[in-house]
Amino acid sequence: MHPARAWRGRSQRYRLEGEICEGCGARLFPPRDICPECQRPARTPYPLSGRGEVYSYTVVYEPPAGYEEQAPYIVALIKLEEGPLISAMLTDVEPEEVYIGMPVEMVTRVLHRQGERGVIAYGYKFRPVLRRMATMPAQPATVTA
Amino acid sequence: MRANGDRMMKPARPVGIVGYGAYVPRYRLPGTEISRLWTGGTEPPPVREKAVPGLDEDVVTMSIEAARNALARAGIPANRLRAVWVGSESHPYAVKPSATIVAEAIGATPYVQAGDWEFACKAGTEAMQAAIGLVGSRMADYAMAIGMDTAQGRPGDALEYTAGAGGAAFVLGPAEESLAIIEGSLSYVTDTPDFWRRAHARYPEHGGRFTGEPAYFHHIVEAARQLMEALGTRPEDYTYAVFHQPNVKFPQKAAKTLGFRPEQIQTGLLVDEIGNTYAGSCLIGLTAILDEAQPGDRILAVSFGSGAGSDAFSLVVTEAVLERRDRAPRTRDYIARRVVIDYATYARYRKKIVLDTAA
Repeated sequence: MHPARAWRGRSQRYRLEGEICEGCGARLFPPRDICPECQRPARTPYPLSGRGEVYSYTVVYEPPAGYEEQAPYIVALIKLEEGPLISAMLTDVEPEEVYIGMPVEMVTRVLHRQGERGVIAYGYKFRPVLRRMATMPAQPATVTA
Repeated sequence: MRANGDRMMKPARPVGIVGYGAYVPRYRLPGTEISRLWTGGTEPPPVREKAVPGLDEDVVTMSIEAARNALARAGIPANRLRAVWVGSESHPYAVKPSATIVAEAIGATPYVQAGDWEFACKAGTEAMQAAIGLVGSRMADYAMAIGMDTAQGRPGDALEYTAGAGGAAFVLGPAEESLAIIEGSLSYVTDTPDFWRRAHARYPEHGGRFTGEPAYFHHIVEAARQLMEALGTRPEDYTYAVFHQPNVKFPQKAAKTLGFRPEQIQTGLLVDEIGNTYAGSCLIGLTAILDEAQPGDRILAVSFGSGAGSDAFSLVVTEAVLERRDRAPRTRDYIARRVVIDYATYARYRKKIVLDTAA
């Protein structure tokens, strides 16, 4: 990927920044400046929450150039809670653990490295929602600092 | 003023930690896997297991997640940060800041200082000292300091057992908004070549036993002693203490030398479970403490970086910690997320197998 191409898409790829249509309220991702619902201009940046669920997925064993080191890897369609359906790699999960409807959250990871010398492309992937440990010890009575 | 009072650093405007966040990758390599390969399993490992980053992780991605956790706890928008500083000895680029990528990913750009810090294992606390200064001088209301590493260890070397991955991010801000107020800090630095890595070298070199007394212990103990003397505090005044953790024994011995009891260092002593996270080591221990500390608790945190030096901080926890700590995953949530791998998988993940797929 040419550095200029990675640079142009950095807001959407690093932090899942989409757009909101001021006309009908639709959330767009990727940003496309025109609302596909009502065809009006939609250029207001909108940070998506990064939460969603697996809509469908597949496992890639024959990767395109630049992705060899990560294969086999999982590519999924993610239904974001704000509505958009996007494709992304899954990470921190084994293929046999994935299921349709699995709750996932966005993380920013290395998408690919262009050998030892090229620019490193970072962007969104999704992982199973991090499990929080149940409860911590009960809080003792309030103490003033 | 006490004789050494001016050795301690204290900003004109009181400063504290407004938010904190940790990150540990999910893979674990048991020490027995390393000894099985290199010493026939005869050597007892210095730590039980260490955290290993996945193929798509590096100091930048790990810093981004810790930074997002710190911002969530701080409850401030990222564009209020005036500095994003990343301390590490494993920055993915030799030239090109990790901090600009992190700042962009969390939404802190463009009105922000961004830079990478290097001081072996104390690069993170070095950034923290600077952030205290930036906020304490009123140049900024908020500054972020990160200590994060994916440490390198030569296959078969003693350091391979412990060279782990992880770290923490902190948002420094005005004391009145803080979940832990910084009472004072102190830095103690000498030119001591105990551990180093030359510019194009893949793995670091170290001075063996020389890394102990004249390096680790001297700097940690002096920094801690001088800070406590300047503040008029004693070990028994602290609920918790956390020291840089290259292995389990060193921080235990440093604590004992200074007069701390084992239970004071227990909560922050994570090295047996995640390895030495270098620039993140003392700082991620501090996050584990903040996850459990109560208002009024006092914490001593002392880093050590080879080369060599220590930064010591004395903190007092406030009420705000109770409400903020559950705005992001706790450090123990990341430690509990654990997938054990064998040496072959480790060799692949750490790119010790050369694929030569470069275009």
